[in-house]
Amino acid sequence: MTRKITYAQAINEAMVQAMEMDKSVICYGLGVDDPKGVFGTTLGLKEKFGSERVFDMPTSENAMTGVAIGASMNGIRPVMTHQRLDFFLLAMDQLVNNAAKWHYMFGGQTSVPITIRLLLGRGWGQGPTHSQNLQAWFAHIPGLKVVMPTTAADAKGLLLSSIFDNNPVIFIEHRWLHNLEGEVPEGDYRVPIGKAQKLRTGDDITIVSLSYMTIEALHAIEILGRNGISCDLIDLRSVNPIDWEMIYGSVRKTKKLLALDTAAESFSVASEVVARVSMECFNDLKCAPKRIALPDCPTPTSPALTKVFDKGAVDIVNMAGKMTGKNIDTGEISKHKTYPHDVPGDWFKGPF
Amino acid sequence: MKEFISKNKTVAIELLYKMKNIRLVEETIARRYSEWKMRCPTHLCTGQESVAVAVGTALRKDDFVISTHRAHGHYLGKGGSLKRMIAEIYGKSTGCSKGKGGSMHLIDKSVNFMGSTAIVGGTIPVGVGLGLSITLKKTDQISCVFFGDGSIEEGVFYESVNFAVLKKLPVLFICENNFYSVYSPLKVRQPEGRKIYEMVAAMGCPSQCGNGNDVLEVYQKVNSVLEGIRQGNGPFFFEFDTYRWREHCGHNFDNDLGYRTQEEYLSWKEKDPVCAWETILLEAGVISTKDIEEMENKINKEIANAFDFAEKSPFPDTKEVCTEIYSE
Ligand SMILES: Cc1ncc(C[n+]2csc(CCOP(=O)(O)OP(=O)(O)O)c2C)c(N)n1
Repeated sequence: MTRKITYAQAINEAMVQAMEMDKSVICYGLGVDDPKGVFGTTLGLKEKFGSERVFDMPTSENAMTGVAIGASMNGIRPVMTHQRLDFFLLAMDQLVNNAAKWHYMFGGQTSVPITIRLLLGRGWGQGPTHSQNLQAWFAHIPGLKVVMPTTAADAKGLLLSSIFDNNPVIFIEHRWLHNLEGEVPEGDYRVPIGKAQKLRTGDDITIVSLSYMTIEALHAIEILGRNGISCDLIDLRSVNPIDWEMIYGSVRKTKKLLALDTAAESFSVASEVVARVSMECFNDLKCAPKRIALPDCPTPTSPALTKVFDKGAVDIVNMAGKMTGKNIDTGEISKHKTYPHDVPGDWFKGPF
Repeated sequence: MKEFISKNKTVAIELLYKMKNIRLVEETIARRYSEWKMRCPTHLCTGQESVAVAVGTALRKDDFVISTHRAHGHYLGKGGSLKRMIAEIYGKSTGCSKGKGGSMHLIDKSVNFMGSTAIVGGTIPVGVGLGLSITLKKTDQISCVFFGDGSIEEGVFYESVNFAVLKKLPVLFICENNFYSVYSPLKVRQPEGRKIYEMVAAMGCPSQCGNGNDVLEVYQKVNSVLEGIRQGNGPFFFEFDTYRWREHCGHNFDNDLGYRTQEEYLSWKEKDPVCAWETILLEAGVISTKDIEEMENKINKEIANAFDFAEKSPFPDTKEVCTEIYSE
């Protein structure tokens, strides 16, 4: 049975189910039991499971990560939340020097089954310290798993898989997805870490995408379709490990690759996709692979600058058009947009 | 107090002027925020004006200040440009950070306001570093670091205080304790009964606490240690209790959320620092209601000018998005 719920509700549901299934699952982080409940994702958990398992935290990101590591070594499964990925940067030491390599460093004798929820996003003047998309950093560190669900169903399925995985998992949510609705299976629904999902099937070009950029890609693909270009759209879901087989299979069919990312272009996940495809499918490619990501600079705050900084459907249509030798009118995309570029939708009233 | 006021009439009036200025600026931002032209997260300091003003007035122009996400008051208190601050919040090229920073990232080097950023605790070691530079350059400046009670929970706070004490750096730590970190009250974050300033004293950094809503108390307490810091006595830490009236982030009130009671909020509103100082000055006879009216008119005119300047200023050219990543 499935029903329509939002991405945020799907995360909340996964949390409830995980905590019901396993008493060792705990949930903490700044504001998890406050009236807003981390954009609604942790609402009601404290009431259901008590303040021993669900609790607020001092602003101590590094310590709370180390605490999670220690607790997990004695059978606890901590799920930590951070309202912005940027805030979690204070915890890089515990994450990289301890969590990521504990299992390896001690010859596989202990492991660190923790889940770290990081929220990232764009828009509304979030600016240089509130909008960084550093997924490639995490994916670069051996020993960490990194997932970035796009759909509500995947949010639920991947969170359950992350919580019950025996390794540290970085679970990255884009703020602009939280209000997205989708069909989500009831019950103990899991999506395996490391498996991508093909969201659209086509013959002309392979688009490899992740997180919120997949939504932009879906819009773009509609327009491309009307212009006679059909696309394979692969939503990565996991950026470490990556489902290379699905990507190679698709590129061997379409012979063209466009990789998307929500992050700065250089050294991005998209870069890795382009690199591996170039290495593995070189002879299949009919044109040079391309990528669309953010310019290599910090996020500006001014709405005048974010307008050109952020990338979306128009950029994808233009690039795919170029790669297939077609000039496509993108006017209809902006025609349908009834709200400013720096908010996720009409409903957004700022300022968070 | 009477003695102070009669001996320091200009300072007394200056303190009121600056507090009113910050109050009216923040209230104008709040009123106009829903026009949605200020498109960035904005943390107002309404209710917390006195610490910013007292410290900003006690410091010299060449002293350094560094601050956090809630920096409007600190910026203006130190003498930062109102026009350029409002323009920054509007994301305009005339803003103090050229539209790249927004409300959370203010700077005005002309008055040695060296920046404010939004990562809790992030600027504390930077302020200590400015202190180190002062020692190396052998001047008698002070580096003042503003932060909230939430910052005390970050490891970097302890590392920074330790270093400042170790090296006897000329650093003035100002903790504004408004009892909340977003919607989390102090009691879920720090052990009950602990005084932040006492804990810091145990680290070897002399400290005091005070009523952060009493502008004169803050001014005098801070003033009484500045000379010592300038002479090389090392850092000093203040914990001033105060209260934020509006929501953590944004222009509304958020008492309806239930994380704090209406009664608590009202009891702090009664301790309005601006009103209190105004009453004292009126009673002391150093200022008349007519003076106050004139003062408010002047401030309001300046605020109107600043908003006008911001609205009329151009947005940065889109080419600027990738400039200034590196220094030439
Ligand atoms: C490292 C980090 N963690 C969490 C946050 C989210 N955050 C923004 S403001 C804030 C409250 C900080 O409280 P306090 O230092 O007391 O300052 P106040 O907002 O009360 O002025 C928090 C937790 C952040 N900005 N940075």
